[in-house]
Amino acid sequence: MTDAPISTQNLDHFFGTGDARKQALFDINLEIKRGSLTVLMGPSGSGKTTLLTLIGCLREVRDGDVRVLGHDLNGASETVLVGLRRRLGFIFQAHNLHESLTATQNVLMGLQVHGNTDVIKARHAAHHILDLLGLADRRNYLPGNLSGGQKQRVAVARALVSNPEIILADEPTAALDKEAGHTVVQMLKSLGSTRGTTTVMVTHDPRILEMADRIISLEDGRVVSDTLQSANQPNRPQLKV
Amino acid sequence: MSRLLTYLFGRLPIGWLQLTHSRGRFFAAVAGVAFANLLVFMQLGIMGALNSSTVAPYAILNADIILSSEDGNTLTDGGHIPRARMFQALGVAGVTDATPLFIGNLPFTLEDGSSVSLLSFGMDIAKPDFTAPVIAPALERLSLENTALLDKGTRGMPTAVIDALTDGERFSFETGGDTLTAIGTMDIGGGFLADGMMMMSDQTFLRVFPARSSGAPNHILLRTGEGIAIDTVVKRLETTLPRGNLRIQSMTSSAANDLAYMSTERPTGIIFGFGVFMGILVGLVIVYQVLSTDVADHLREYATFKAMGYGQSFFLGIIFEEAIILAVFGFIPGFIVSVGLYAALVSVTGLPVEMETGRAILVFLGTLAACSISGAIATRRLVHADPADLF
Ligand SMILES: Nc1ncnc2c1ncn2[C@@H]1O[C@H](COP(=O)(O)OP(=O)(O)OP(=O)(O)O)[C@@H](O)[C@H]1O
Ligand SMILES: [Mg+2]
Repeated sequence: MTDAPISTQNLDHFFGTGDARKQALFDINLEIKRGSLTVLMGPSGSGKTTLLTLIGCLREVRDGDVRVLGHDLNGASETVLVGLRRRLGFIFQAHNLHESLTATQNVLMGLQVHGNTDVIKARHAAHHILDLLGLADRRNYLPGNLSGGQKQRVAVARALVSNPEIILADEPTAALDKEAGHTVVQMLKSLGSTRGTTTVMVTHDPRILEMADRIISLEDGRVVSDTLQSANQPNRPQLKV
Repeated sequence: MSRLLTYLFGRLPIGWLQLTHSRGRFFAAVAGVAFANLLVFMQLGIMGALNSSTVAPYAILNADIILSSEDGNTLTDGGHIPRARMFQALGVAGVTDATPLFIGNLPFTLEDGSSVSLLSFGMDIAKPDFTAPVIAPALERLSLENTALLDKGTRGMPTAVIDALTDGERFSFETGGDTLTAIGTMDIGGGFLADGMMMMSDQTFLRVFPARSSGAPNHILLRTGEGIAIDTVVKRLETTLPRGNLRIQSMTSSAANDLAYMSTERPTGIIFGFGVFMGILVGLVIVYQVLSTDVADHLREYATFKAMGYGQSFFLGIIFEEAIILAVFGFIPGFIVSVGLYAALVSVTGLPVEMETGRAILVFLGTLAACSISGAIATRRLVHADPADLF
């Protein structure tokens, strides 16, 4: 038993069946500390996204186990999974905004999932976070009228607005310029220290690596290195490889 | 609009925003639903006119039981029955009065050369109780030889003639060597059976239909005494009267049987029923097409919502929201255009095509149901929204 928000035990993952069956993850054992910013690195095809989707309750855990916020995902019911997803924030590589909703409405979708029916309060929260991300004058724009970087920032706002306990991001800063990327990572870091929000992020962006608490490298589905960056470490996470 | 819906639903009206985002598709869908509504309304309107003109003749009669020949399908077709049955029926306990009814189709040529056919009823004018109260008072005037009451709604009849008749003037016309004089009007309306109707005494009837004989009316109308169930008297008649080629029915079941025959056995009835079916099918297909394309176009967004923790009921909600919006927005223009076309039909054909409230409500509910069914089928595509594919 552990109180870490995310942990994995002997996690394997296979794609396909029969002859096409291919193992993407081998015996992953990790424990990720509350409030930390962890970066996943590794060459293409090394299994970073696969690991992220398993932690994010988007893929079924079949071999070994993943524990997220106190729930074992192996064999978890759909209700438990849907409930957990609501406590997570996803930032996708593609922004995946809804084209017929304005920036504010897209962000509201991140709140509404909690059954939040106080429309005015919700709208305030959405505006506040859009403002923080420098989108104050784009609140009522449809995604079609926003630049790539602006769309990505709306997607970040949508993920963060409901104060998720865990944030999972797959190359979130690819579409952002230097300054915006910095703002976003700074926000994630400060959420970590003020609210204990745990972030796991796939990235190769050197600016972000600098700011990470921990860097885990994957190769061919295996963890090949796991480094703590103590300079960034207010309280040292436990390491278990 | 979207703020109002947000307030109403307690959530963003995604369905509304999504539908109105692609205007072209939205208008096409609304037009499709409106067209389907129009089809259904026109078919039902004409079917309704067919039905009401089928039972229209019953409105001028007033009896409890009707004896007819067995080969007739409705009041206005079929052969004759012996008048002797009338006297036999009068001998059955519970029957208080009886009268013969003659029916024939009288063609004649109008002044402008066009020909119309008038469904003519010949009745014993000494028994006005067997006609509807609105007609009964005028009946004794028909004792004059070769006089008749003419239907106000007769197709092709100049309005000047009808107006003059209403004002008490007379209008004579030739028919097969005889001169018939209309001395008043009745308000029944033309229909599918004939261009109009006419009421005359049995004496006059036998004169203008020389081939008919007083001993062989089309029907015999009976009245029953108070306090006796009509069905009981029908049963007694069935056991007493000779059964060769004789049908004994209460007036209500006779009308109901006529209706059933016209709407389910006659080609016209079947064609209109089929038209209603086609209209519903067109609507179903259009709405399904629109909704399932819409789902397919938004799979990525739906997958994202799934990843965010939205459950199946949320997506069903969006699709049903869209279905209901299409139903409402399609019904309104469909209804308005139908009312207009009904009016046009009435003025061109004189058929009693009316927009009944019950029919409008029924069609609206049907539209809602059809759109929801289409939506339900379209939701099957939702399973393809897999959030694991998003990264
Ligand atoms: N849906 C899938 N079906 C079959 N194989 C898959 C599927 N998704 C990933 N894989 C395979 O699993 C392995 C790991 O893929 P994954 O997407 O996790 O890599 P990644 O580290 O995220 O790579 P990238 O940096 O290119 O995003 C790869 O060999 C890939 O081909
Ligand atoms: Mg990847």
